[in-house]
Amino acid sequence: MRLDRRRFLAASAATAASLSAPTVLAQDHGKPRVLVIGGGAGGATAARYIAKDSKGEIAVTLVEPTRSYFTCFFSNLYIGGFTDLGDIGHSYGTLAAKYGINVVHDWAIEVDRDAKTVTLAGGAVLPYDRLVLSPGIDFVEDAVPGWSVAAQNAMPHAYKAGSQSELLKAQIMAMPEGGRFAMVAPPDPFRCPPGPYERISMVAHVLKETNPTAKILLIDPKEKFSKQALFEEGWARHYPGMIERIGPDFGGDKVSVDPAAMTVDIDGTVEKVDVCNVIPAQQAGRIAHMAGVTDGHWAPVNAADMSSKMDPDLHVLGDAAAQGDMPKSGFAANSQAKVCAMAVRAALTDSKVFPAKFTNTCWSLIAPDDGIKVGATYEATPEKIAKVDGFISETGEDAATRRATYEESVGWYAGITTDMFS
Amino acid sequence: MGSRPLLTLSLAAILAAGLSHAEPVGDARRGEEVFDDCKGCHQVGEGARDRVGPHLNGVFGRRAAAHEGYAYSASMRRAGVDGLVWDFRTLDAYIENPRALVSKTRMSYRGMKDPQARADLLAWLRRFSDNPANIPEALPTARGTDHSVAPEILAIQGDPEYGEYLSSECVSCHQADGSANGIPSITQWPEEDFVVAMHAYKDKLRPHPVMQMMAGRLSNEEIAALAAYFKTLE
Repeated sequence: MRLDRRRFLAASAATAASLSAPTVLAQDHGKPRVLVIGGGAGGATAARYIAKDSKGEIAVTLVEPTRSYFTCFFSNLYIGGFTDLGDIGHSYGTLAAKYGINVVHDWAIEVDRDAKTVTLAGGAVLPYDRLVLSPGIDFVEDAVPGWSVAAQNAMPHAYKAGSQSELLKAQIMAMPEGGRFAMVAPPDPFRCPPGPYERISMVAHVLKETNPTAKILLIDPKEKFSKQALFEEGWARHYPGMIERIGPDFGGDKVSVDPAAMTVDIDGTVEKVDVCNVIPAQQAGRIAHMAGVTDGHWAPVNAADMSSKMDPDLHVLGDAAAQGDMPKSGFAANSQAKVCAMAVRAALTDSKVFPAKFTNTCWSLIAPDDGIKVGATYEATPEKIAKVDGFISETGEDAATRRATYEESVGWYAGITTDMFS
Repeated sequence: MGSRPLLTLSLAAILAAGLSHAEPVGDARRGEEVFDDCKGCHQVGEGARDRVGPHLNGVFGRRAAAHEGYAYSASMRRAGVDGLVWDFRTLDAYIENPRALVSKTRMSYRGMKDPQARADLLAWLRRFSDNPANIPEALPTARGTDHSVAPEILAIQGDPEYGEYLSSECVSCHQADGSANGIPSITQWPEEDFVVAMHAYKDKLRPHPVMQMMAGRLSNEEIAALAAYFKTLE
């Protein structure tokens, strides 16, 4: 279009109008607004499904601090050398370009549930009709005495993927010959129940290849852990004599660390280690607490639509939610997001509502071509998300089955990241 | 101008449409000649025995690696465990490029690129399989129906809108654009094949645990809805 004087004046008027209402895009005026906080498996999926399925009827804004999002799932495989860090990084460009989602890279720092607005660190105040919180986890302060986020360079958690994963991997590669790797595992409930044990497997794999006399100390406050029989069978087969687990009966629940000295105190016994991966106790991401929708560490929700038990216009997804029987996993968050998206669309437009169904499967890699899995289906009851049926890999499976399970997990990764980001 | 040219035209159009949708069922007589390429390793017909490769009597409708007494590769056994059943479609894919379907198969054959030759060969091989009896093929029997499903279930008209909602569970693993990478593509299946496969999982005839679980809680209407939806995806 050539810009002549008449058109210039009209354009100026439109610009002035949009300046007077800076938080509302002109073309979205009057549409119901959904604001999604957090761009992981829960938030990205919810934003994508609401925007995609409402076909422009709902204005969707996604607030996520990072421009390049690294999935926590498969970050252990990066540590094990089975994938590159770049391959688990994803951007939000397609969500903006293909579905018209307004992607804002900023931190949400305040939720005003009466005014129905969210304030961002950069100063913007975003109004909403429905708010979806999918902030993931934060760590419980002083859960492991001596450790704090200030010490995460000396003792990485690597439980939010990205620079922390890279740091932990670098530290493992730099271990002295015959050195010692320690992990302080978290108490239940926490993100990705098999995650710490898959990580132990991946560290063992790397050390077996590069530093075979090195040792691994797993300090665990829990009596039992996810897929325990499968992991222990795999460790005995692939990494005999390398991994020692100290459970609560030997002080695994009474641990403190000294990041400056690189020591771990296990119920009075001080151990010097070369790398220490501290995965502290966890709680809902901070914005859920600031919004006032948590009870204790987590945010209770109604199973049918993932709405907060404290605010029907606010939904909580994924790790941050106290929802019942589902584990805190990326798969679960993705599954919950679709139920939530359907409910939010139905509330704001006249779309149909179907009964909520939830699924989860968690794959873990023990060694090359030795994959295992656990999964279940769930339904919404008035009280909670309740388990319906499930399965788990068996001990003693043949190599072909395990390889197929691993290959399936690679396929799943491609599937779920497509379902989130493209 | 009378109606005659119009009639001729529409008849031609129907014939053309019919041909373009026909199952590529080939010429068994020519297929017998194509089979000469396979005879080095495979026997078929009366008195056929296993040689380098298994004999091919009864291969249609059989699960992969299910013929007793033959030492299959681990890859082929795994494919069988995962539910690969030999039918027109799977055999066609396998013969076209064996390693594309079963990555480490022992069959050291590089593949038959000519679709007509494959169709002819399969038409020939089909004569040595027990079922179905109504050879030469009609369309329904040439399809990959590995288990029987009651006609009233197959007759259910699925609601694609409901299917689209239900499909959101599938696409956590199976990609909506039909690409397959460790997890098979489920788009553009003929509805009946889709329904039969899902009921085979639901009835635990196909063994994959995730799919048994997923299919196990789907109603007949929900399976029909999914089939109706996935058929439409490109």
